[in-house]
Amino acid sequence: MTDTNESPPGGAPPPGGGGGAALPDNGWRKEYWKKNLRLMVVLLVVWFVVSFGAGILFVEQLNEIVIGGFPLGFWFAQQGSIYTFILLILIYALRMDKLDDHYGVSERNDDGSRS
Amino acid sequence: MSDIQTWALIFVAASFALYIGIAWRSRVKETKGFFVAEQNIPAVANGAAVAADWMSAASFISMAGLIAFLGSDGSIYLMGWTGGFVLLALLLAPYLRKWGKFTVPEFVGDRFSETVRSVAAVVAIIVSFTYVVGQMAGGGIVFSRFLGVEQAAGVAIAAAVIFAYAVFGGMKGITWTQVAQYTVLIVAYLIPAWAVAHTMTGFPVPQISFGEILAELNRIGAEFGLPVYTEAFTARPQIDVFLVTLSLMIGTAGLPHVIIRFYTTKTVRGARYSALWALVFIGLLYTTAPAVGAFTKLNLLSGVQGAAVDALPSWVQNWMATGLVTVGDGVDTIGTVSNDPTSGADLIINNDILVLASPEIAGLPAPIVGLVAAGGLAAAMSTAAGLLLVISSSASHDLYFRYLDKNASESRRLLVSRIAMGVAVLVSIYFGINPPAFVAQVVAFAFGLAASTFFPILLLGIFWKRTNAAGAVSGMLAGLAFTSTYMIYTLEVFGTQANDHILGVSPEGIGAIGAVVNLVVTVIVSLATKPPSHEIQEMVENIRYPATTRRTETAA
Repeated sequence: MTDTNESPPGGAPPPGGGGGAALPDNGWRKEYWKKNLRLMVVLLVVWFVVSFGAGILFVEQLNEIVIGGFPLGFWFAQQGSIYTFILLILIYALRMDKLDDHYGVSERNDDGSRS
Repeated sequence: MSDIQTWALIFVAASFALYIGIAWRSRVKETKGFFVAEQNIPAVANGAAVAADWMSAASFISMAGLIAFLGSDGSIYLMGWTGGFVLLALLLAPYLRKWGKFTVPEFVGDRFSETVRSVAAVVAIIVSFTYVVGQMAGGGIVFSRFLGVEQAAGVAIAAAVIFAYAVFGGMKGITWTQVAQYTVLIVAYLIPAWAVAHTMTGFPVPQISFGEILAELNRIGAEFGLPVYTEAFTARPQIDVFLVTLSLMIGTAGLPHVIIRFYTTKTVRGARYSALWALVFIGLLYTTAPAVGAFTKLNLLSGVQGAAVDALPSWVQNWMATGLVTVGDGVDTIGTVSNDPTSGADLIINNDILVLASPEIAGLPAPIVGLVAAGGLAAAMSTAAGLLLVISSSASHDLYFRYLDKNASESRRLLVSRIAMGVAVLVSIYFGINPPAFVAQVVAFAFGLAASTFFPILLLGIFWKRTNAAGAVSGMLAGLAFTSTYMIYTLEVFGTQANDHILGVSPEGIGAIGAVVNLVVTVIVSLATKPPSHEIQEMVENIRYPATTRRTETAA
């Protein structure tokens, strides 16, 4: 477990990669950030489609379908959207753990365990 | 003293003793403990604290009743007050935690300028005060209804307990009492809900079983001349449902007392998982509430339909004594029901009755009713404490030490923060006992202002390096001016006349448009002025990566 960067006291990642290797180091940062943004956008699209789409914009059409006594649009508006929100945050947290690990920016204690 | 009062007293006294005990154990000696609980709270505990912090007296006591009378459109509260956590988890919490200081105004101060910080601190104080008044009043109402104590005395007792743990323990004391308060309030909410579901359908999971009674509810509602329960847009037009939901979501993500709860985790990862746990804990109550609303409404309507006024169910008669249920003058049998006192219906029901009376409606014993009283107080007090911390930290950390006492020592800072907290408690006691007449409308202000001031500039501050101080100030002020103008135009506050809604947009929904105004103005002004300094751009770059140093991929 070695750090690629010698970080200054205080611990912030050195600007642009530290030392003399300013430019090459930017690659992973851009990649990491791009993947983060892509995940975020996908999850927010689902967030919008389920709550505003199924729960508000198309609620009347979906209400034609009835499952277990619930008109479907009504179910999304009062139950389904909330379950989806929880699921979205779960997926986000798990995927970000993987992404952090992959790019070596997850928070670790000195012995390498998750802090 | 009735059975119910005795049990309520036992549960309330026991829960207060618990909170004080926790407060004593989590006394703090440093400002880091006072403001951010030493940044040492595990994710699950922090999630429970967020849930208690977020769910107010209104969520606990009033929401199920509100949904029962709004029908399908009650979804504005259900989606609006949960969907914001997705925004918080994905867009704000991890980055603000990585930046890692004490307050929301402090972040915008570092990111933009000291002017923005001062404006933000003042807005944070206004937003939090409008909100805390409602919590204090809510606590007083629980006291007066369940314990027969004067409302003023009730407010003072609840505030004295909050004072004890908030002044001595700061954020640390508040956090651990919020964890206990979440436990009390969720138990108090779920037990009657399960019992009602079991009695009415034979299946105790309310989230699933309330589907069975919806058709019946639609039928009986029609006999009372009420709108179809499951039909959308009977209470508000579609555009307004859309905008109110969006405003509540953005407002949730922009409320300082919610945001600072994510500063207390150990790590950035902890902030993400806190958001997850928070929504799991909140979802437990929020998916139960619409079921409680539907069950209790059906119970209520079938219990009173065509009933002679002198032969109403016993729980109706019990609650008539509190004034929460009233029968119209000269009514013999019940033909119409409403929650609106001015509707002229035969039976007028207060929204709060549906949760408060649900144990009695389900025929549950007095101890459960007492537990509901403790739950309502837990909800009110946990939210009040979180808000008071924002007021105290904004007033001391963001204003006092920057303008009046720049070189204060650590111990002096802690003392001043405690005094600020004490003063905030006293002011909120005063307004809790003498609530301004426009309190109900003003709560809409809190969400609208949070949505149209904080959220857009925090979002842009994190995701767009080019955002600068001039942009942020103009955006915040534009959002603030736009939103409050429309609210004052449509609400009867400060002696102004209420005008009609433009295009069906209610004052609760205007915050979403205010946020867009803020966003657009911030972008335009930022582009027209100088980019922020290199140092600030570096700071934004650094909050995007959780670890302080990068590791090579050796093991994995």
